[in-house]
Amino acid sequence: MSTVILDKIVKRFGTFTAVHPTNLEIPEGTFLTLLGPSGCGKTTNLRMIAGLLDPTEGEIRIGGKSVNNVPIHKRNLGIVFQNYALFPHKSVADNVAFGLKYRNIPSSEIPGRVQKALDLVQLPDVGDRYPKALSGGQQQRIALARAIVIEPDVLLLDEPLSALDANLREDMRVELKRIQDQIGVTTVFVTHDQSEALAMSDQIVVMSAGRVEQVGTPEEVYNRPASEFVANFLGASNIIEGKCTGKDAETAALDVPVFGKVPVPADKAPHVSEGAAKLVLRAEKLLLMPQGADTTGMVTSEAVVETVDYQGQTVRYFIRAGDRQFQAINMIDGHPFAEGTTVTVGFRPIDCAGLPG
Amino acid sequence: MRWGWHLIRLWSLLVYGFMFLPVAVVVLLSFNASQFGSFPMTGFSFRWFVELWNNDAIMRAFRTSIVLGLLTAVISTTLGVLASLALVRYKVPGANAISTLLIAPILVPEVVLAVALLLFLNFLGLHKSFTLLLFGHVIFTLPFVILVVQARLVSIRRDVEEAAMSLGASPVQTFFQITLPLMLPAVLAGALFAFTISFDDITGTLFWKPGGVETVPTQIFAMLRNSISPEINALGTVMIVMTVGLPLIGAAIARQLARKSGT
Repeated sequence: MSTVILDKIVKRFGTFTAVHPTNLEIPEGTFLTLLGPSGCGKTTNLRMIAGLLDPTEGEIRIGGKSVNNVPIHKRNLGIVFQNYALFPHKSVADNVAFGLKYRNIPSSEIPGRVQKALDLVQLPDVGDRYPKALSGGQQQRIALARAIVIEPDVLLLDEPLSALDANLREDMRVELKRIQDQIGVTTVFVTHDQSEALAMSDQIVVMSAGRVEQVGTPEEVYNRPASEFVANFLGASNIIEGKCTGKDAETAALDVPVFGKVPVPADKAPHVSEGAAKLVLRAEKLLLMPQGADTTGMVTSEAVVETVDYQGQTVRYFIRAGDRQFQAINMIDGHPFAEGTTVTVGFRPIDCAGLPG
Repeated sequence: MRWGWHLIRLWSLLVYGFMFLPVAVVVLLSFNASQFGSFPMTGFSFRWFVELWNNDAIMRAFRTSIVLGLLTAVISTTLGVLASLALVRYKVPGANAISTLLIAPILVPEVVLAVALLLFLNFLGLHKSFTLLLFGHVIFTLPFVILVVQARLVSIRRDVEEAAMSLGASPVQTFFQITLPLMLPAVLAGALFAFTISFDDITGTLFWKPGGVETVPTQIFAMLRNSISPEINALGTVMIVMTVGLPLIGAAIARQLARKSGT
């Protein structure tokens, strides 16, 4: 278990720069997620930490020691791959025991450790089966057992859930987090799925086009996005361009089309100063109400429902207010509003965030 | 439409009959007790197999063929596996050109290849030798090994090897623990191909063999020039058993291995 530090890491493939200069510190025991769309450099970063790729520039330190010249098989890492990567010609027990054979562990201790790892992933009875006989979710648990049985300094998870179907994915998410909590290993998790990132991480690193957009706790990146990209990538947001007419310790006064003046809490608009600014309004914070409803404490406008996207528990509306279209995701109370209905839309200013223009 | 399918069936039977009847005749006649290697059958006997066993020239040719075949198989397979690994797993400049070059001996008519190698040797001032013969056999069995092994290697996921290395296995240990066992069926198939192709090759062998050395096919060829001895039928039967039986056994073993590894 060790702190991982990326010090001015750059990765270029020929003339293409996959990772622009990146500094990152992953404190011991942290569950850190690299989140971003495909091609954002998150997997490249993971593979550099793993030693499967060499950084073009910069240094990677694990537990205080530079590992730039340490080959992968001497780094003591546990890696879980997207497609499990179990050894098809070895039994489950042999798969899990594989890493132990390359460590100075008395062979009499190996079966006990393997069993302990299988217990931890809640598959105690599959040791003598072959990977092919297991379901996808079971195979991924075995892959996890194989990675943690060696007591790695760092656990690297490369989209481990994306090959699983939706229900299983949510179970495994909880399971993975439980196991990580239990063994307390420093973990780097790569995903493009924002809900996985929000549910599991201590820290989220949002990446785009080879650059880090924001580092923070799930709540921070969700509620205080540092850029338009982050606001849009984590959930659906309405970004309204306007201007800031004044800012003090408490609030930043934003003036935007359609809704007018919005007093955003100053700590949610840290980089906004007087002049051009953008209002970040999350789709689920924009409420649709019948005309004449009580809107105390809200900023409101009249709007017409254009499209209704029914999703069972929630409904996603596209509404038109003034000359603009907005997106709103609301819980369903009774029946959803029908297309063409004129409604009152509103939100609380404290639910908004501000970005510099 | 139905009679159409019957016609196709009949046609196929005729084709197979045309191909395999001569072979069946050879096998049948090898058990003929008669003095002459032709019909009619006068009785069932192992006489010609015994004569074969006691014929020094044939036994010598047989030993030569086996040694040549085994050496060809070992060398071709080793080179083929290494070449495939390089071409599939590493970025080799001009990989496509190298691949084509290694496969080329299949495309060139054997006679041309045989003459070319011989001329090359003359040019170098070397004499024909067993080593040269072996060299020739390796050249034209190598493509088969490479084709089979490469196809298999492409289907072995890279992340399985990466997983092994992340767990502490060095690249060499990873090869012997993971890659080789996973491609073993293809390696065995390649080795069998190399052995059987070498074992019944005649064209190249006629050009390359040094004086006094005979392989089974060239020995049969020499014997046929004098007379059609019933011994040749017996020898033919042995050859058929070896060149058909070995690959069948090999395929069975490969399938067994593949089933065990679950791929």
